[in-house]
Amino acid sequence: MARKHKLDLAAKPSSAPEPRKGQKPVRKAAVFKSAPAAQLEVNKRQKLSTGPGFSDANAAWLKPTKGKGKPAPPPVQESESDEDSELDSLPSSTEGVPSDTQGDQAHLASLPDQLFDSEGDPDVDSDDEGLDDSDISDADLDDDPLLAGDDQQLLGTDGSSEEEDADEDEDDSSDDEDAGELLDIERKSAALDKDRAKQEAEAAAEAADMAAAALDADLQQPGTSALQDGAEAGAQAMDLTKVQRRLREVMHVLEHFSQLRTPGRSRKQYLEQVKRDLEAYYGYNRFMVDAILGLFSVAEGVEFIEANEGKRPITLRTNTLKARRRELAAALIDRGINLDPVGKWSKVGLVVYESTVPVGATPEYMAGHYMLQGAASFLPVMALAPQEGEQICDMAAAPGGKATYISALMRNTGMLFANEAAEGRLKSIVGNIHRLGVTNAVVSNYDGRELPKVLGLRSMDRVLLDAPCSGTGVIAKDPTVKTSKSQEEIWKCAFLQKQLLLAAIDLVDARSKTGGYIVYSTCSIMVEENENVVNYALRKRNVKVVPTGLEFGREGFVRCREFRFHQSLTHSRRFYPHAHNIDGFFVCKLKKLSNEEKEADAAESSDDSDEQGASDASDEEPPARKGQALANGHASAPTANGKALANGKGPGSQRQHKPHKGPQHAGQKRSAAAAVQQQPEEGPEGISQYGLTMARP
Amino acid sequence: MRPLTEEETRAVFEKLHKFLGKNIRHLVDRKDENYVTRLQRNRVLYVRETIMRRATNVARDKLAHMGQCLGKFTHSGKFHLTIGCLDTLATHAKYKVWLKPSAEMSFLYGNNILKSALGRITEFTPAHTGVLVLSMSDIPLGFGVSGKSTAECRTADPSAIVVYHQADVGEYLRSEEDL
Repeated sequence: MARKHKLDLAAKPSSAPEPRKGQKPVRKAAVFKSAPAAQLEVNKRQKLSTGPGFSDANAAWLKPTKGKGKPAPPPVQESESDEDSELDSLPSSTEGVPSDTQGDQAHLASLPDQLFDSEGDPDVDSDDEGLDDSDISDADLDDDPLLAGDDQQLLGTDGSSEEEDADEDEDDSSDDEDAGELLDIERKSAALDKDRAKQEAEAAAEAADMAAAALDADLQQPGTSALQDGAEAGAQAMDLTKVQRRLREVMHVLEHFSQLRTPGRSRKQYLEQVKRDLEAYYGYNRFMVDAILGLFSVAEGVEFIEANEGKRPITLRTNTLKARRRELAAALIDRGINLDPVGKWSKVGLVVYESTVPVGATPEYMAGHYMLQGAASFLPVMALAPQEGEQICDMAAAPGGKATYISALMRNTGMLFANEAAEGRLKSIVGNIHRLGVTNAVVSNYDGRELPKVLGLRSMDRVLLDAPCSGTGVIAKDPTVKTSKSQEEIWKCAFLQKQLLLAAIDLVDARSKTGGYIVYSTCSIMVEENENVVNYALRKRNVKVVPTGLEFGREGFVRCREFRFHQSLTHSRRFYPHAHNIDGFFVCKLKKLSNEEKEADAAESSDDSDEQGASDASDEEPPARKGQALANGHASAPTANGKALANGKGPGSQRQHKPHKGPQHAGQKRSAAAAVQQQPEEGPEGISQYGLTMARP
Repeated sequence: MRPLTEEETRAVFEKLHKFLGKNIRHLVDRKDENYVTRLQRNRVLYVRETIMRRATNVARDKLAHMGQCLGKFTHSGKFHLTIGCLDTLATHAKYKVWLKPSAEMSFLYGNNILKSALGRITEFTPAHTGVLVLSMSDIPLGFGVSGKSTAECRTADPSAIVVYHQADVGEYLRSEEDL
């Protein structure tokens, strides 16, 4: 019953008259989404029935029939041209359908059931009669003769299917059989059965042909040859449509691996194929593909990559120092900008759908009533939750979107230190601060690591560190990231981020009455730059991860690939373009527990400084390195090739010692034993050390 | 960063006086907190004293900005108000000019204001004094110097210049480099 219902849903658009197709593509797409599998099935059957009509582009739909001896379903009464145009007009919807042609094997297998077990469904939409009847055997619909007539008319335009028309006729009348008419109908019914048998035979023959052809194609394209021969794969990469098709197929196989795999081919081989295709189709380098597939399942990874191809919507933030959102929205709508609130989670955000004028050059913009900034950059500030009268530092402020938001939330009270290391970007901060009417800011140009020395240790109530990062979350903005990043570079970023985060923590006063918080954020999706950095800070300083207060977003990783992090990192939040339609982002809020450094750390690395050493920011870097190096040396013990060993060993040993990670175990509680056990935890550090040594000139 | 000299202070306040008149005392004796003026890289900064004290930690060559920027001293030692002081002027300005919506963009590109663009003007505005320029929806757009008094404006030719342009918010886009 249910299954048939689904079938109908899907059948509706394909059996619909032509004008409707042109008019309502959107609705059609929606319908397809509701029953993608069924839709495929129907499309496929249409294809099968209309053998001569299919082109190369359609061959994909047919491929999976290989090796299937199932009888093909009866033909569909619809003109070929009609059908082709429809399929052509629907590339997006077919692309969007996750299950690809391989899936049709399963559907085909279950098809005969569908043919016969769907009697007497009262919910059937009479519009679809033509298709339904042919699909689901005779004698089950109480149909309106009028509608049947309609169908006939429609189909009458198709010169090639007179037979079917007759068939149709009979179908209709056979419907009435239920209502009581007899003899004549019986005769017709017999004829119909004969017809059907004939058609089935034809279709089966056709299907066999198709299957053979598809098999050929399959051998050429996706599988074995490409797997074995790199050069050939390179040549094939040129043909992007083929690559895409193959990509979808292999992904589908990976989802139902045990059922759909080709025996003898391992998951690894399939994965390898996917990676190679992703590289070819989307232009990523191998490192990025590996990294993305390390974070997501294959299907989601592809979704993520796909999302990076599109742009995020333009969003703007109302400057509450100068305007109110409602009034601003009214003013902008008057200027021909079509917008809406960005969501319930923000009271100041507006999203721009379309605009007849440049959004960044309206008088309201110049007067500082709003700031153009991505929705993602609201999040760290919201997590920071600045209070009026506080001392707050934004350690990497350019171009000032977040800094001005902080000031707006503080309503120009207290003090905001907006620091930016890149001198060239200072102008943009100063400009925005002027424009938005921020008066409580001091803009400085230091390296973030020097800040504790400049502004003083424990001088801030809250610190926002939107760290410089690899930008792997904003590939949509900067596509060069696809190819320009390497593992080495990521570790380089991560190293700087660790230093900056420690500096940020040193800036904050744990005894602040209102604050004592640090928000760490990046526009990277890499675990190395996010959770791993925070995890490092948890070990080095007396901080804990606290909930960000953001309503949405995914939890941060506690385990990912070889990494194992402290449990509290579930409080951190990750945002993805494909899931939240904002830039890829990571936000983590830390609360400083005490101003003392961790004792355990002091014990762990003898020359990792005490309070004084840390207070001297210039000294801070070398001790940290030394500490890491030392731990690294421990892990790799007597081997000369310490790096490699630590690298290989780290993850495994980490896993064993998972429970010992806590910053809560920190400080005073930590015994000497704990300190000893902690050594293996240096695993990822070992790697970072590795990255570091590579990075260092 | 250093306090202004006597001369510099006089230059700054004379300029501001053109716009604010007697309201200038609101800048000097503030009821909420103490504000000070400081000179940093030729810019005159108007800033809360507490912020200024904290900012003394920052080295001179590393301090890009603090508080509000009222204007700058040119190489020849003259003082110019810059667009940064618009908010200050907007709260205290004595004489104001409202622009017709059609003329907004022209002014925001740095043009003088013609009589035909004039929506409203404060009564008894004298000639050659500082005026604040607003849009009809009361958004401050910039400031300039009146070319004609209110009375003269009534009889003036539509293409006569009423306000000479000094600064406008379009500079945030046009010349972010020298704010």
